[in-house]
Amino acid sequence: MRGGELLDISYFPGCSLATSAKESNISLMESSKILGLNLIELDDWNCCGSSSASCLDKELAFALGVRNLSLAPPGRPLMAMCPRCLHHLRYARLRLNQEPDNRRLLERRWGRPIPADVEIVHFLEVLARMGPARLQAGQVRSLNGLKFVPYYGCTLFRPPALRRQKYFQGEMGNVLIALGGQEITKALSHRCCGSFLSAARADVVTPLVNEIIESALATGAECLVTACAMCQLNLEIRSTWEPKVPIFHFSEILALALGAQDYEGWFDRHLVDPRPLLQARGLIS
Amino acid sequence: MSAFARVPASRAFRPAIIISEQDRHFVAEVQRLSGTNLSWCYHCRTCANGCPFVRAMDYPPNSVIRMVQFGLRQEVLECHTIWICVACHTCSVQCPMDIDIAAIMDALRRLALEEGAMIAEANILDFHREVLHSIKNYGRAHKLGIMLRYKARVRQWFADLDVGLRMLAKRKLDLKASRVKAMQEITRLFIPHWKRK
Repeated sequence: MRGGELLDISYFPGCSLATSAKESNISLMESSKILGLNLIELDDWNCCGSSSASCLDKELAFALGVRNLSLAPPGRPLMAMCPRCLHHLRYARLRLNQEPDNRRLLERRWGRPIPADVEIVHFLEVLARMGPARLQAGQVRSLNGLKFVPYYGCTLFRPPALRRQKYFQGEMGNVLIALGGQEITKALSHRCCGSFLSAARADVVTPLVNEIIESALATGAECLVTACAMCQLNLEIRSTWEPKVPIFHFSEILALALGAQDYEGWFDRHLVDPRPLLQARGLIS
Repeated sequence: MSAFARVPASRAFRPAIIISEQDRHFVAEVQRLSGTNLSWCYHCRTCANGCPFVRAMDYPPNSVIRMVQFGLRQEVLECHTIWICVACHTCSVQCPMDIDIAAIMDALRRLALEEGAMIAEANILDFHREVLHSIKNYGRAHKLGIMLRYKARVRQWFADLDVGLRMLAKRKLDLKASRVKAMQEITRLFIPHWKRK
């Protein structure tokens, strides 16, 4: 990632970013363009299986991950933003490496090579490698001391099978501090948002989400910034806490600081309107 | 007398469990399926104290481990806990013995499905089935389709209607499903390889 040249990266959006969280996808693409990343969507990707495949059928979850890896062109890293997708891709690669005989069997079945050495990175990892200088060079707006809680959720750093791999705890905070934000660190940044229980057992999720939001407000935050589209949705739709707190996708705040102009379309899709806060901070007009 | 009065009726008259009559092989099976060693657990309850969902569970995670050790097969496979667990791995990270508790829950769900156990959280299973149905048909998760089919299955059309309508109004639920082009590759994942042409 040097100089002004574009860096080619395969990109796995995943179902949430492709549909219900389009605003996250669009702002991610914009920030990447400004930072000199050429994101090439993985051709004909499929769903990673989300929690449901791994809850009911681990082998199906593995097979879905393997198909995605088999589509990845060799020689460039594969990037994901959604923590679940990242986890399933990495898990598939880990198993392919641990079970070479299984890998050869799957290659015969698929009729194509399955690269098990493709580097799978999270967007935060790409930013961390770039370093703050590159970010600040692209910066157009300062975040003007916006008080945010970096909300990582549970999946980005925790899965035990992957715990010996690189992880980038604190990176969301580092990036937004470099861009002029003020990080609030004492809230429940890693508490699970309730995941799929939000659909079938909303009664369980609401108190959890309220607890997270209450902890953010109690420590003086004005908003939460999430790394995961599902967390963002759960925190918005399941919270009954008053006052309502804006919940941002990380890429939205990043793109805003990097000077993106079409933010109206993103913020319009939020269930809690974040525009009053951003206007008060002088970030949008 | 007052001390006894505080014992809940359901606890006071629970019949004795005779360990020698339980399924001795259950623990070995769960260990093999989950790739964990349950005898590492010394019941410090860290998992139970850290779990964000423990209030919705009928048994805390360490109790499930103990019941597996005792061979209480039916009680374990029919409990709520294994379906409430969302694999957030809070317990697995906090466990001083490094036991991957979420993997144990995975193994228990698999056994419950394979053995046709009574599913304590039928709605949660229905939701998972609808997600997989969508993946089978489109290769991707189509949220509106999943939620509509789920609502039809559990017959709770009005629960959460406000949230659904707000999401629709904010264009968060696409009407049309995004599809994988090479659908035959997805379809065959749902068919055993020896059944394929």
